[in-house]
Amino acid sequence: MSKPVFVYVTYIASTTDKVFKALTSSEATAKFWFGNAVTCDWKVGSPIAFHREGKLILEGKVLEYDPPRRLSHSFRPMHDAAFSAEQPSRVVYELEQQRGQVKLTVTHDAFEEGSKVFGSISNGWPLVLSSLKSFLETGTTPIWAPWYDKPKEAAAS
Amino acid sequence: MDAVFKALADASRRELLDRLRAENGQTLNELCARLAKSGAAMTRQAVSKHLGILEDANLVATVRRGREKLHYLNPVPIHEIAERWIGKFEQHRLQALSDMKKALEQE
Repeated sequence: MSKPVFVYVTYIASTTDKVFKALTSSEATAKFWFGNAVTCDWKVGSPIAFHREGKLILEGKVLEYDPPRRLSHSFRPMHDAAFSAEQPSRVVYELEQQRGQVKLTVTHDAFEEGSKVFGSISNGWPLVLSSLKSFLETGTTPIWAPWYDKPKEAAAS
Repeated sequence: MDAVFKALADASRRELLDRLRAENGQTLNELCARLAKSGAAMTRQAVSKHLGILEDANLVATVRRGREKLHYLNPVPIHEIAERWIGKFEQHRLQALSDMKKALEQE
């Protein structure tokens, strides 16, 4: 077993069923993942894709699907040519019910040597996970994601 | 959130987080060896205790690999704190950073 590169943990006041459902629902991911709607038939080996405003942002294949405990897919960001040129990496979600809360552990590994995705990921995951937590606990989410949204005024100038 | 602030209110524990930021996924042995090499005065017992406090505050996440326990810096709680107080200024902050990046790259 290779050593994971990133391990992120968040505790969410919810149930494993609700957290798993949020991770695998188009409507939910579009809300907490800054507009990225997931589509997949959730069979091992099937393609998984995240679209945002009709644009393919992220694709991969389902590696493990064990609701509501474990989910894994390969991870290939498509919104930037430098990212999509790399070998896909791998993300694993593990959910554990601890009394009134869920311990959600996200591990990300299998990056290629000198990966550019690697740097982007380290900024992205804490944002996505705290957004997921807010979404499930309070129903509110931040509006946009700095790693692929350019500030509007800057884009215009 | 109290646990996060308490855990961060100690220079030794912040040092351990810095070490994990520099190299994620270290074992207790690796952390101790590197601390000793750079002349930091922290006993193995102290490192172990501090890691426990950091783990309780969710600032350190651990993964078992065989007999080894690997320690990872978990920035999620820090992000949650940032979001609570500085979230509404985020847009301006990112705008400023984006402008700075642009200016520096054009130099």
